[in-house]
Amino acid sequence: MNRSLLTSLLVLALTVTVAVRGDTDAEVQARRDALDVAAAFSNDGFKVRDGHWCGVVKPHDHALVAVNLYAGNQYWFSVGATEPAKKIAVSVYDETGKQVTTDSYDNGDKAAAGFAPQNSGQYFVSVDLLEGEQSPFCLVYSYK
Amino acid sequence: MRQIAPRTVSPMKLLRERCRKGTLYLVLCGYEIHIGNFSAARIISAMIRLARLGLMVWTGSIFVAFGAETGRIPADQLAKAATSDSISIPTPGELFAALEKPGKTNWAGQYRGPIPVTYRDRAQIALNLGGLIADGFIAVEAKDGQQVKNIGSDIIKLAKALGVSEKLLGRGSSINEFAENNEWDTLQEELEATQNEVKSSMQSHADQDLVILVSLGGWIRGTQVVTSAIMQNYDERTAKVLRQPALVHFMQSKINEISPELRSDPLVKDVSEELTKIEKLVSFPPGKAPDVEEVKKVNVAVGKVMEEIENKEAPK
Repeated sequence: MNRSLLTSLLVLALTVTVAVRGDTDAEVQARRDALDVAAAFSNDGFKVRDGHWCGVVKPHDHALVAVNLYAGNQYWFSVGATEPAKKIAVSVYDETGKQVTTDSYDNGDKAAAGFAPQNSGQYFVSVDLLEGEQSPFCLVYSYK
Repeated sequence: MRQIAPRTVSPMKLLRERCRKGTLYLVLCGYEIHIGNFSAARIISAMIRLARLGLMVWTGSIFVAFGAETGRIPADQLAKAATSDSISIPTPGELFAALEKPGKTNWAGQYRGPIPVTYRDRAQIALNLGGLIADGFIAVEAKDGQQVKNIGSDIIKLAKALGVSEKLLGRGSSINEFAENNEWDTLQEELEATQNEVKSSMQSHADQDLVILVSLGGWIRGTQVVTSAIMQNYDERTAKVLRQPALVHFMQSKINEISPELRSDPLVKDVSEELTKIEKLVSFPPGKAPDVEEVKKVNVAVGKVMEEIENKEAPK
């Protein structure tokens, strides 16, 4: 079975799991969008974690989540948001709060940030709503 | 300074690939056109720019930006950051992936003997369940189908002892099937999904206090294996994975939130006390890799906890 088929199956399975757990429609859609973005990185050997973080982001504000990462791995944090979000961004900060340089992918209400930490430890992923009104979003991450 | 090698992570390559497939990001296809002479190049280039502009207006802005502006978040905001078991605690698979990079690891050499699956203490079952799931990841890294099947069967037995969902029986069959077909990537996903299903079932059975114990058991077993592997073949780069003070602190704080009854369980009490010591042992300054002696200290500390999790007699 090739990797893209496996990834599609994983995305489908994860989406079904969300629906079964009774999350809101907007969260389900946001998570589906986040998984769509993450699926693109799977072609490069990234594994999508079977976990997610959903919430609501307000205009010109950010939602922040703590993650613990390992030096030696590479990571992509993928986010999907639903209407009325128009443009979102993802950024990563180290444990002192300093922004780290990332590769970024932005496409309106979908965005991702990727980097390879030099040090193991705690990092913070920020989801920012740049344009649009208060909206639900969902974050997933991949590693290799 | 960019911290990622464009050779290894190449979003442009991914987007171009999509381009070639004609599914997405047509705007970027212009980069692929070969231009033969100067005038043709100017015409084609102008057409590309126009087409690109039109498509960008039509589809919304799609771009890849490198080296985003740097900024800072103040400490009081960092302290308010959300944490979640499924995002903030890495899986054993993530830890092992980091270990695998600099060299070949003898995964089969990290196996341990079978553990009893007849525990009565629920906290002990949860901690051992986490440890067994980490064992499953080790067997996947070793690409050892039979070992994966053995561990999968033990995971289901322990999960059933906790009364978690019958759906897990299906997971057991999937693990066997994937192991027989050598589908290692899928097996890793299945193990993680199994762990999440156990946790989700615990939450719906008002056993949410046990969830952190599953994660903790997995982290302790994973760290025991990683420290052991690093000691066998010391490399500064791999030793860096052991720096996880915030993670240990997070797990400790979650244990402090569980019910007083479960917190007074002799095993949980012991593990919690040891965790405080382990937090200090994994608090290396950023950028500094622990030396062999420091790795050994962590190994001894987590080994002691693992021994207790495996063998502590339940109170009569």
